[in-house]
Amino acid sequence: MKVLVAVKRVVDYNVKVRAKADGSDVDLNNVKMAINPFCEIAVEEAVRLKEAGTATEVIAVSIGDKACQEQIRTALALGADRGIQVETESNVEPLVVAKLLKGVVDKEQPQLVILGKQSIDGDNNQTGQMLGALANMPQGTFASEVVVDGDKLNVTREVDGGLQTVSLNLPAVVTTDLRLNEPRYASLPNIMKAKKKQLDVYSPADLGVEVTSHLTQVSVEPPAERQAGIKVEDVDQLVDKLKNEAKVIS
Amino acid sequence: MNFPVTEEQRMFLDSLRGFLEKEIYPHEAETDRAGEVPEELGEHIKRRAIEMGFYAANLPESVGGGGLDYTTMGLFERELGKVSYGLGGHLARPTEILLACEGDQVDGYLKPCVTGEKHESFALTEPGAGSDIMSMSTKAVADGDDYVINGMKHFISTPCVPDFAIVFAATGVDDTPRGPRKRVTAFLVDRGEKGFTIQRGPTCAAQRAYRTYELSFDDCRVNRRQILGEEGKGLELSDKWLGMGRVWVAAQSCGKAERLLELATDWAATRKQFGKPIGSFQGTSFKLADMATELQAADLMTMHACRQADNGLMRPEDAAMAKLYASEMVGRVADHTVQIFGGMGLMEEMPIERLWRDARIERIWDGTSEIQRHIIARSLLRPLGA
Ligand SMILES: Cc1cc2nc3c(=O)[nH]c(=O)nc-3n(C[C@H](O)[C@H](O)[C@H](O)COP(=O)(O)OP(=O)(O)OC[C@H]3O[C@@H](n4cnc5c(N)ncnc54)[C@H](O)[C@@H]3O)c2cc1C
Ligand SMILES: Cc1cc2nc3c(=O)[nH]c(=O)nc-3n(C[C@H](O)[C@H](O)[C@H](O)COP(=O)(O)OP(=O)(O)OC[C@H]3O[C@@H](n4cnc5c(N)ncnc54)[C@H](O)[C@@H]3O)c2cc1C
Repeated sequence: MKVLVAVKRVVDYNVKVRAKADGSDVDLNNVKMAINPFCEIAVEEAVRLKEAGTATEVIAVSIGDKACQEQIRTALALGADRGIQVETESNVEPLVVAKLLKGVVDKEQPQLVILGKQSIDGDNNQTGQMLGALANMPQGTFASEVVVDGDKLNVTREVDGGLQTVSLNLPAVVTTDLRLNEPRYASLPNIMKAKKKQLDVYSPADLGVEVTSHLTQVSVEPPAERQAGIKVEDVDQLVDKLKNEAKVIS
Repeated sequence: MNFPVTEEQRMFLDSLRGFLEKEIYPHEAETDRAGEVPEELGEHIKRRAIEMGFYAANLPESVGGGGLDYTTMGLFERELGKVSYGLGGHLARPTEILLACEGDQVDGYLKPCVTGEKHESFALTEPGAGSDIMSMSTKAVADGDDYVINGMKHFISTPCVPDFAIVFAATGVDDTPRGPRKRVTAFLVDRGEKGFTIQRGPTCAAQRAYRTYELSFDDCRVNRRQILGEEGKGLELSDKWLGMGRVWVAAQSCGKAERLLELATDWAATRKQFGKPIGSFQGTSFKLADMATELQAADLMTMHACRQADNGLMRPEDAAMAKLYASEMVGRVADHTVQIFGGMGLMEEMPIERLWRDARIERIWDGTSEIQRHIIARSLLRPLGA
């Protein structure tokens, strides 16, 4: 089984992000970048499928400028077999990403595509679902467990009310939630091997996709600073404050 | 630190940092307080380090090591400088002196150190011979095919009880143009050898969970096969590799300073007094500026030494300058950090006081600051015959 994994280059989760002074965007100057944590979970899941003998090949794909090759190499060091970069300088939105991934799916014909449920920069939570629709593949989103069962895939999903298990026909799309697995760190020998692995670069045109934009970013501003909290003496005071000050209960 | 790194180095550092955050940082406060690392924890760290290929990463691939070059090792040591050595020591970088192993010594000592089956210790210092190595009184007297060792070593540090020691002992005296000079020979001596005892040394204020041992030799008999390198060439042997040890101290000092600077900066940005973050007062912010500037200088000196070493061009004074400057720098950075934290800087609730104590050793071991200055001065004056 061939598995395609999408990896996105985002600001490292440890970094405190700041808006640019003119409010046009997030300030990315000199900021540490990393694989989106949900994508890291996707890579880990794919590599585990390979280690279990279920997957035969794991391909990591990223969409972005040259810099995103760093994240592809990291995925290769974590155990992916080869990489694909779809090169674009534009700030692509979920629908375009989904179309580009659909292009890669058409070329590679994977049995399974694993993506993060969202990326920690835009927090869109759309790409996997859109890809499922465009490629006409069933989808199991917010996965906390993935079990291959013949030509079916059982995906346990984290939903508001608890857990739901769906059975999908392969090929299918899965998006990962936090509890699916705990990603490994790349070992030194695998880091050394990553350099020698194949990395192909396509343009959007190669995939027959035109990069367009339907969204305009109006402004970026930091969240309002939180007021310091207070300590309440007892439950009565808490209820009183919730009722009369916060007005969240009546 | 923002000097250019290769793709592999970047991934290695990311992976190593993740490893240290998960396996080491959570245990620092407790092991420091206890003054030791529980055996199971040490074994766990070692096992994980072996899985990750981080263990013995400094030694050549031909003997099973990771084969990292000196520059990458510099980056590695820099990260390990951030953590407690008692814990970090379980990601062992066995001394390169072991590469002098020959014949049966390769399987008996070098390889087991690469695989983590054995731990070496490096035993040079004596109560009466610290900076002045040549005043050592440990002697090995030839007796047939054997040598009989008598004497004592102290401050011999390892993360766990060593399985064997590389012991430096006098095996005679040579006449040289500058007067008589001890012949020093290195021996591989196993723990459990008759007449060889290992005892825990005194408690040290710095790196509390990193133990020091006292080794005593009382008519300890070893076969001449236990000589590492050649008879009488012990110091040449150690000199060949010890210079790098100084660069590693420099790199570790830089790492520790970076950790301190991050803590200090964060505190200065968030701790408010007089209605403002204390970082808005120049009394604090200029300290941060000096700390960052000195750290960058030390980093550049250290990386320069590593690159020179990779090209086979490192001079003793390159290592000495990096060690001198970086170890003194981390002392200043640690002291400023305590000051910026105010009273909290001295409290055990915070890692600052520990890092401040830990930083103090860097100016002493692997040659004190004074001895580094001596090496640098000698490189200037000796060519002039002075
Ligand atoms: C925690 C710890 C771990 C150690 N681990 C090891 C180990 O594993 N193996 C090992 O062999 N050793 C080890 N050492 C020993 C270490 O290398 C020595 O402590 C160091 O070389 C200094 O020697 P000393 O302590 O005897 O000080 P001394 O040599 O007595 O020096 C005292 C002071 O006099 C100064 N001084 C001495 N001579 C001169 C001079 N000519 N000019 C100017 N000033 C001078 C020194 O700079 C210093 O300030 C360790 C030490 C410690 C504290
Ligand atoms: C062991 C110990 C015993 C103590 N005993 C007592 C006691 O018995 N009674 C008592 O009342 N207190 C006591 N203290 C408190 C002590 O007086 C305070 O720690 C000290 O006044 C500093 O305050 P702080 O720790 O809150 O640091 P902060 O005031 O937060 O200072 C942090 C840093 O910011 C700097 N800073 C702050 N404002 C400025 C400025 N405007 N310009 C430039 N730099 C600035 C400070 O110099 C310092 O470097 C004790 C503290 C300790 C550690």
